[in-house]
Amino acid sequence: MTQAQWRRRVFKPVVWLACLAPAALLLYNGFQGDLGANPVETITNTTGIWTLRLIVAGLAITPLRWATGVNLLINYRRVIGLFAFFYGTLHFLTYFILDHQLEFGGLWDDVVKRPYITAGFTAFVLMIPLAVTSTTGWIRRMGGKRWNLLHRLVYITALAGVLHYFWKVKLDATYPIYYGIGVAILLGIRLWRNYGPKLASKQ
Amino acid sequence: MLIKKTADLRESDVTPKETFLRRRDFLAAAGSTAVAVATNGLGFTGTPTASAQNPAAQKLANLKKSPFSTDEKLNSYKDITTYNNFYEFGLDKADPGKYAHTLKPKPWSVVVEGQCAKPGSYNIEDIMKYAPLEERIYRLRCVEAWSMVVPWIGYPLSEFLKRFEPTSKAKYVEFKTLVDTKQMPGQTEPALNWPYVEGLRMDEAMHPLTLLGLGLYGEVLPNQNGAPIRLVVPWKYGFKSIKSIVRVRFVETEPINTWKQQQSAEYGFYANVNPQVDHPRWTQGSERRLGEFFRRKTLMFNGYGDQVASLYAGMDLRKNY
Repeated sequence: MTQAQWRRRVFKPVVWLACLAPAALLLYNGFQGDLGANPVETITNTTGIWTLRLIVAGLAITPLRWATGVNLLINYRRVIGLFAFFYGTLHFLTYFILDHQLEFGGLWDDVVKRPYITAGFTAFVLMIPLAVTSTTGWIRRMGGKRWNLLHRLVYITALAGVLHYFWKVKLDATYPIYYGIGVAILLGIRLWRNYGPKLASKQ
Repeated sequence: MLIKKTADLRESDVTPKETFLRRRDFLAAAGSTAVAVATNGLGFTGTPTASAQNPAAQKLANLKKSPFSTDEKLNSYKDITTYNNFYEFGLDKADPGKYAHTLKPKPWSVVVEGQCAKPGSYNIEDIMKYAPLEERIYRLRCVEAWSMVVPWIGYPLSEFLKRFEPTSKAKYVEFKTLVDTKQMPGQTEPALNWPYVEGLRMDEAMHPLTLLGLGLYGEVLPNQNGAPIRLVVPWKYGFKSIKSIVRVRFVETEPINTWKQQQSAEYGFYANVNPQVDHPRWTQGSERRLGEFFRRKTLMFNGYGDQVASLYAGMDLRKNY
């Protein structure tokens, strides 16, 4: 097979399946009645954590390219990002439908009043323009530079997502801190690459 | 704040033998659940029965009915025994159900001390007989905004405490949970300051709704629910209802309970269920009853206001959260 065929026939389906697996498992367990005593909580937690995981995975692509020189990784960033948005949407809808029964007033009260909701809502809303402009047509229309600039919003989404998780846990902050460290490293690498050499040369 | 090390696999992580041996029952049950789900919808099938669920557990008979019981739909034995906050066995709600088999509720004794005429050590077999056992079906509201309906068994805490003849200096009563890392492996992590401590004002402790919990669903308490002896204080958030008690002390000053030690801005001594006073981070105005999709409104004092509101007359419940 040519490289293009490998990409189309092997890598792409693998990435899709990997991204869909958590949702499929959730659905399967749901129909088995196996989501635990509090299924709504299980659904919320699972969709939430996979949103964050995929955001981290998406943020890891560029540093991995730099480190390995495997540029073909970039082909999977869009699908990973869109799946992050998919899980984020499920997460948000679970909360909006089951906790607020689609009432905007209650949602807004929460967003204004509760820092962990403010952070989570911010993270989610900022993903919307990124999902909308994810198509090749939009990249062309916007131009690479402006498109790249807009898509840096994902940095805020990542940070807000970690904060959302950190503020939500009752006691054990271990995992939110792991994710925080992960995001900090991935953003730090970018900062260093963009500004590090300049800073170093000034000294 | 807790930053936990990643736990290595422990002996307790291994599937217990009896569970392993029953794995086919589990599959069969899963199969029938699947059928039930197909007819009833996603995962909300709970059809609780009041019959005994654990063949090995000691049954409790001749239970008095209580006028304090609610007639709301019970949560299933499975819900009640697989969704527990009992950090002595791990922080996940499924952990106690998996790991609490290491607890040995027999032999068990409770040390009574402090401001009373009859301090001493009392064993569980005797304690079980201090008063006739009753079934009390209570709502349980967790501070995390979920709730259950549980058919507890026990007798009024006042029947227990009176026997030790508390003196006039006994203004509060403090309770402590067992500390034993062999029986409670979660205590190897500094998740909370062990032992778990709780307390009640004397009038709260003596209130007829306050139950000394000794069983549920017609049997002695399952380990994960705080065997063999616990409190059940239905108008307060669940964390007040301390589990696996080994020490009772009558004291003059307000005990500093574990969650207050942990985060005093978020958890207080009184911890009365109060929809008007939110947790600093989340609402207490509503809750999710396990088994229901949508949230329901939380009731003042968890719906026990008629009986207990007078205990707090004149108190600012915003300050005394």
